[in-house]
Amino acid sequence: MSKSLKLFAGSAISTVLMLTLSVNFADRLTPEMPAEFDRVAVENDREFHLIARAYADEAKADAPFGLGREALPEEIAAWNLDVSPDGTGLPVGSGDVMTGEEVFADNCAVCHGDFAEGRDNWPKLAGGDGTLADDDPLKTVGSYWPHLSTTWDYVNRSMPFGNAQSLTADEVYAIVAYILYSNYLVEDDFVLSNENFTEIVLPNAEGFIIDDRAETEYAIWSGEPCMENCKESVEITRRATNLDVTPGVDTAEEQAATAPAAEAPAAEEAAAPAAEPAAEPEAVVEAAAPAAIDMDLAGKGEKVFKKCKACHKVGDGAKNGSGPQLNGIVGRAVASADGFKYSGPMVDHGGDWTPERLAAFLANPKGEVKGTKMSFAGLKKEEDVAAVIEYLKTFGQ
Amino acid sequence: MTSSFKGPKASRRQFLAGAAVIGAGAATGVRAATPDPLITEIQPWAQGLGDGVDATPYGMPIRFEQDVVRRNVPWLTADPISSINFTPIHALDGTITPQGCAFERHHSGAIELAKEDYRLMINGLVDRPLVFTYEDLERFPREQHVYFCECAANTGMEWAGAQLNGAQFTHGMIHNMEYTGVPLRTLLNEAGIQTEGKWVYVEGADASSNGRSIPLEKALEDVLVAFKANGEALRKEHGYPVRLVVPGWEGNMWVKWLRRIEVTTQAVESREETSKYTDTLADGTSRKWTWVMDAKSVVTSPSPQSPIKHGPGPLVITGLAWSGHGKIKRVDVSIDGGKTWQQARLASEPGDKALARFYLDINWDGSEMLLQSRAMDETGYVQPTKKQLREVRGLNSVYHNNCIQTWHVKTNGEAENVEVS
Repeated sequence: MSKSLKLFAGSAISTVLMLTLSVNFADRLTPEMPAEFDRVAVENDREFHLIARAYADEAKADAPFGLGREALPEEIAAWNLDVSPDGTGLPVGSGDVMTGEEVFADNCAVCHGDFAEGRDNWPKLAGGDGTLADDDPLKTVGSYWPHLSTTWDYVNRSMPFGNAQSLTADEVYAIVAYILYSNYLVEDDFVLSNENFTEIVLPNAEGFIIDDRAETEYAIWSGEPCMENCKESVEITRRATNLDVTPGVDTAEEQAATAPAAEAPAAEEAAAPAAEPAAEPEAVVEAAAPAAIDMDLAGKGEKVFKKCKACHKVGDGAKNGSGPQLNGIVGRAVASADGFKYSGPMVDHGGDWTPERLAAFLANPKGEVKGTKMSFAGLKKEEDVAAVIEYLKTFGQ
Repeated sequence: MTSSFKGPKASRRQFLAGAAVIGAGAATGVRAATPDPLITEIQPWAQGLGDGVDATPYGMPIRFEQDVVRRNVPWLTADPISSINFTPIHALDGTITPQGCAFERHHSGAIELAKEDYRLMINGLVDRPLVFTYEDLERFPREQHVYFCECAANTGMEWAGAQLNGAQFTHGMIHNMEYTGVPLRTLLNEAGIQTEGKWVYVEGADASSNGRSIPLEKALEDVLVAFKANGEALRKEHGYPVRLVVPGWEGNMWVKWLRRIEVTTQAVESREETSKYTDTLADGTSRKWTWVMDAKSVVTSPSPQSPIKHGPGPLVITGLAWSGHGKIKRVDVSIDGGKTWQQARLASEPGDKALARFYLDINWDGSEMLLQSRAMDETGYVQPTKKQLREVRGLNSVYHNNCIQTWHVKTNGEAENVEVS
């Protein structure tokens, strides 16, 4: 039995499963257009709108400009990936919870945690059930998201962060199945597929209303406002300086230094220059690499490093993030990045990161350093390990 | 001179005391103790030579203005690649935001997309699914409009209490540019919308794709497919080479690196329009499709990052006002925390869904102020207080906080973000 199962077993059994069958699902969720979605006054800019409308009518009446070319079916298929609540757009495929756990550990857990509980400031995907009316609601796929299609669609097109569109359809089904399982919404033997997809109704499916500001706010907050004697007294009830969470205005260092202590890891990472993180390593590879480095291999390693980038920065000005910055990591003393709070086991690991020790760690992080904070499952292929180490060698300091 | 100011009159003694602080800069009534060497001595810049015309093929602001930059709040997000920064509105004037300091919001980083690699697809419920190149877009009839773009989360950190100390941080998720582009309806007409089409789904070319659904009515009304801002190409961070402009609606819908427009029968209910950019009310239900940015204003100076340095006397109070429902009709300013209000002066005729600049010229007596501004738009909507907003929405809405902002200006001219009763 896997670790996660041990952790979840007790509560999962007793949890009322939210899996609901509903043949009417699609119909029920067809959104209606709001009656007055936009109260932009027709009065304003009347002339412009008339002109615009006349122009639009003209354009409609007239033959098209004949610009552009027909989109080919293959092109539409490549880009038309969005999935709607009624399942439109789902490809054929399936994935089970246990496979999902593995795929999730390899691709998602670095940021979202082994159990989808989230790490640092990265989004939590599980938990928060029943907290939406609380002072500090926890909004997750299980507690907040109205449609499962949204999860499938987003994972498929935009995840993993830094390596989007790298998952197969079956892997996406498996990940989504695992996220459902992490939210106690399905059992561990559940298989999600395009066949049963729309049968899943998420707990907060009915939790949304269409913008009602026109009724609940606009009518109240209109009219001639008070100009004189609007209130008897005015007291200051809160001050921003009491919290003292405003970044300094001079340097990036100050921004990091003034961030709240509890959020320090995220703050350090955020203070690193955001510009061109992807382009930079390439330039460094070309400019500064000593002759002993296998540049072809390092180039391959740069691609492998995409899996690491969300947490580890490397290159000029790299700062610690969820993980320590990696400049000079090959040959660097273990647990020696300034300002990074390492786990005890990592500190105890000691010595230097020789290529051999790095390789062992990267192949099986939790096996090699039991208790490491790095929740990455490891690089399965030996050549990937070699490539990423070669790539990291190109960053001397 | 002081008679032309509408604000409370300072006594002559107070006025002179204030003037003394600034020395040679004071206008009247003060004699400098010694001649100003900046005037009496020949300065290097008056004697030697400056830069040639080849020094800056594309100019950046002079180094003395290096503080006028975008800033981020590191603790807000896990990573700066999926994050937001803030326009230095406290240090700008006028209404047009220079591109170089206009706020950025990325979901998967600012990508580099060349014009020759750019493709725009229109598909879905259309007669002719089409692909356009960048050059194709430049051959359609163009329009120009100035619009504000405000992130739905602007002022979102202030729901639970005064938190960030500066107009840049409380209100800087906004910019205002003059866009050149092709109306979306022109492109949709080119493809031919089928009668079942009720929505358009728009997405970007970056890894996040940031897809959003827009009702067809809005798409045909004033949405622009823009490729120029403030006269020049869009910046990389604002979606070069092509972004969507959705006037008056939340910034997240202004899809950058626009690559696809799909005509659909229903909203896609993407991540950005369900799990994000929805407004949770006190009872736990959430509003969706809260697209329009309601009328809002803020005093940009004086403010925490722009304190009064000159002492009592003539003071320019200035700020910005805007409404996603149309034009700003009026802005009122209070210096006593909302007990009394006076109408501010609008610098120019406000544009439709564009920033308006207001001024209130007063003769500051040097006493404490609780500075507020209150916008009214052409629909008659009046910007609410934070208390009014909370009564309807509670504390967890996150987005669309358009409350009246208060700055506590102290006798030394420093200002602080506060909440008042």
